[in-house]
Amino acid sequence: MLEFPRWKYTLVALVMLLALMFALPNFFGTDPALQVARKSRLPMDDFARQAVEQVLNGRAAPFRSAYVDDGKLVVRFASVADQLKARDTVNEAMAADYVSALTTASRAPAALRKFGLRPMPLGLDLRGGLYLLYQVDVNGAVSQLLESYDQGFRRTLAGAKLPFNDITTYTGGKSSIPNALRVALPAGADVGAVRDALRKANGDLTFSVGSGEAGPTIEMEMTPTQVKARQDYALQKNITTLRNRVNELGVSEPIVAQQGIDRINVQLPGVQNSAEVKDILGKVATLEFRLEDSQNSAQEAKQRGRAPLGSKLYDMDGRAVLLKRELIATGDQLTNATSSSGNEGPEVNVTLNGQGGDSMLRNTRLNVHKRMAVVYIEKSRESRMIDGQKTVHDVTTEKIISLATIQAVLSNQFRITGLTAVEARELALLMRSGSLSAPIFAVEERTIGPSLGAENIRKGVQALVIGMLAVFVFMALYYQHFGWVANLVLLANVVLLTALLSMLRATLSLPGIAGIILTVGIAVDANVLIYERIREELRNGVTPQAAIRAGFDKAFSAILDSNVTAFIAGLVLWVVGRGAIRGFAVVLTLGIATSMFTSLMGSRALITLMYGGRRKLDRLSIG
Amino acid sequence: MEFFTKATSFPFMSTRKVWYALSLGLMALSIGSFFIRGLNLAVDFTGGVQVQASFTNAVNIDAVRSGLERAGFSEPQVQNLGSSREAAIRLPAQTGQTGDVIRARIDAVLHAIDAKAEITSLDVVGPQVGDELTRGAIGALSATLALIFLYIAFRFHTWRLSLGAILAVLHDPILVLGAFSIAHTSFDLPVVSAMLAVIGYSLNDTVVVFDRIRERFEGSRRLEPVAVLDQSINQTLSRTIMTKVVTLIVVVALYLLGGQALKGFSEALIIGILAGTYSSIYISSAIALDCGLKAEHLLPTSVKRPVDDLP
Repeated sequence: MLEFPRWKYTLVALVMLLALMFALPNFFGTDPALQVARKSRLPMDDFARQAVEQVLNGRAAPFRSAYVDDGKLVVRFASVADQLKARDTVNEAMAADYVSALTTASRAPAALRKFGLRPMPLGLDLRGGLYLLYQVDVNGAVSQLLESYDQGFRRTLAGAKLPFNDITTYTGGKSSIPNALRVALPAGADVGAVRDALRKANGDLTFSVGSGEAGPTIEMEMTPTQVKARQDYALQKNITTLRNRVNELGVSEPIVAQQGIDRINVQLPGVQNSAEVKDILGKVATLEFRLEDSQNSAQEAKQRGRAPLGSKLYDMDGRAVLLKRELIATGDQLTNATSSSGNEGPEVNVTLNGQGGDSMLRNTRLNVHKRMAVVYIEKSRESRMIDGQKTVHDVTTEKIISLATIQAVLSNQFRITGLTAVEARELALLMRSGSLSAPIFAVEERTIGPSLGAENIRKGVQALVIGMLAVFVFMALYYQHFGWVANLVLLANVVLLTALLSMLRATLSLPGIAGIILTVGIAVDANVLIYERIREELRNGVTPQAAIRAGFDKAFSAILDSNVTAFIAGLVLWVVGRGAIRGFAVVLTLGIATSMFTSLMGSRALITLMYGGRRKLDRLSIG
Repeated sequence: MEFFTKATSFPFMSTRKVWYALSLGLMALSIGSFFIRGLNLAVDFTGGVQVQASFTNAVNIDAVRSGLERAGFSEPQVQNLGSSREAAIRLPAQTGQTGDVIRARIDAVLHAIDAKAEITSLDVVGPQVGDELTRGAIGALSATLALIFLYIAFRFHTWRLSLGAILAVLHDPILVLGAFSIAHTSFDLPVVSAMLAVIGYSLNDTVVVFDRIRERFEGSRRLEPVAVLDQSINQTLSRTIMTKVVTLIVVVALYLLGGQALKGFSEALIIGILAGTYSSIYISSAIALDCGLKAEHLLPTSVKRPVDDLP
């Protein structure tokens, strides 16, 4: 008699039942679909669903079904042609309030979705899309901070009437004092007073006094912790901004995630060759509001080639304009920006935060009938080959987008005009999603066409099915009935693994499919170990039932040790690996775990069911 | 059906010098080729542009190449991919150009040859990414080996088996590397994951043999190590070969049906699994033996010698 405790039977049955449920949605396949969301980011409701359905029906754009899922409307179609037609229809009729994105939707019945049962999301290599890896210029973020300290210190010293020769900033470890500011003072200056004034303005920096060519100097250094904090802040801020921008663009299921210490990984399923997307994602732009310097002549400044102190010279469509250096408000103080078309053409409606609003109120009240400019500042990175050496340098373009007379006192809400419709829309989007706190540039860019993705998944599944069938035939021939038990266990393992991956919402990629295929090999191994052991025992003249018991017991330590070592290898890959390697490692590692369960528990349950009840057993069907 | 009806008794240990020589020879060949020929590194590592394109009819590779050269791309590499209607194009890093610009330029070249040609995938990889990948892969490999060394030393109570396992396991990816270098097959990221998976497989076999060695020693600690090792390998031989046959069945299916994207991956697995099977049978236990493996190394806790010198 073979024994297998009842609770273990129950456990196996329960686990497999759950696994079947979770794995089920993966077997229905997907339809082309359109995801529609509100621009206001409010969740979609049934009312919005009816509105979209009405538009689609009204323009004879056929669709299969429409449902609200996770605050977004998903419309399924029978064909890609229908999908594209519907997208154009929605974009034409509803672009003001809704943003739509091409996607795929599971064909699984709605009931499954209601229970939270969903198929595994597919990776870009299986559904097509755009993959971008951005490098964040974290040192640029540090130098930006130092620049702002520099400005602040100049104002402090000027305000306190303390004379100084110059303030220099050092960044990025190019000099002996990385990430520091140096104030050069004239000979005989009151070093103590200057230091106290500066310390009062910014006490975080580490101060030290030295002597320069002309007189004493004060150096203020950022500690490595401060530098790191600034870099982390820049990275996190950039991730938030990129996320906002991706959401604004209407991409379904996007991924924006940190990678390493200074990289951001952006995955946009369904996006193809979209220059516009990349342009908007990587744009470092902000706005500055400044008063015109009407006391000095801009024409004169242009001829001299130099602006008077406290002002800056701009060129606006060939005309020289002098603006005061002092800022009224910046793009960072914006809380909202929307584009619309008004009486004077396209416009951007801007809302400032409290600080910006106060400053705007104060400045406009004092300067009614004077002119205020809106300056659009864009930073980009250009690389050039100079003497065979690649050099990278940042380019800042500043452009006055409007220069208008202040008609009335402005506070926190006002309009900017003087833009084209496209410019207004883009500017509003950029302002709304927040600025990038440090420049980013793409170091890796991959696009995968949807047809290639479909082919990858077809071939991967084909290889899995054919490979498994071949193994089934082989196992059945070699181990007969025991072989069929192994085959059933293999199938159970694939189901269990699929269920686990779906539960964890792990993204399935091509290397992931390869991992599932390899797991078949691993799962077979445990069974082979047991069966070979049973055969060995039988050869030694042990009775069949004792051979089964000994086979499972003696094979256990070999199965455990060999799986743990393979598990370690998989786990390291999982933790250290990125992209393709990680996708593979996740599946392999989980596959080892599930195969241990199915071959030790599942296999034993089946064999005990087959042979355990018989009092007399002459031979085993083990080949 | 049964391939191993009789227990085998191959003298693996007494012939181990032969297998050492064979392994050392193959490794020398691999390492030599690695340093002389190098690897055909994919854009994943070198940076650059990798394009896949499909055409309506069989495409003239030379026409594509010369078209790209005329369009100002230096050193374009063009080859057929899977079928004659598909082509893979590889270009060195294009300074200061984004994917869109490159795509438009390539599109122009392809459309001149076939109006319905289509770019199915386009990868632009910066050179700095590759350096990190290489470092990451080496880091992962070292961490894996160190952890496995510790685990085996802990489970089997002796570093001798750990060393045998690690050396045998290192042998396998070196041979894969050598094969890729000699055949000049494109070495990309999936191949790296395949190599690391090979380590897992090879270890798996080795550990099963070790487990049997421990069991034999537990049965009788007076047995000669050479005999125990030979018997253990022979007794697990049917399992080792069976498992590898099954694994090879699925990997060959992957190789034949998995498409272009998994070709290199499955090639690396096939070579690695063959090398791993060989090394776990012929090498790992032999190294442990040459490190002086004895019964008491595996069974240290039960060592309670009778005190002989008392009356």
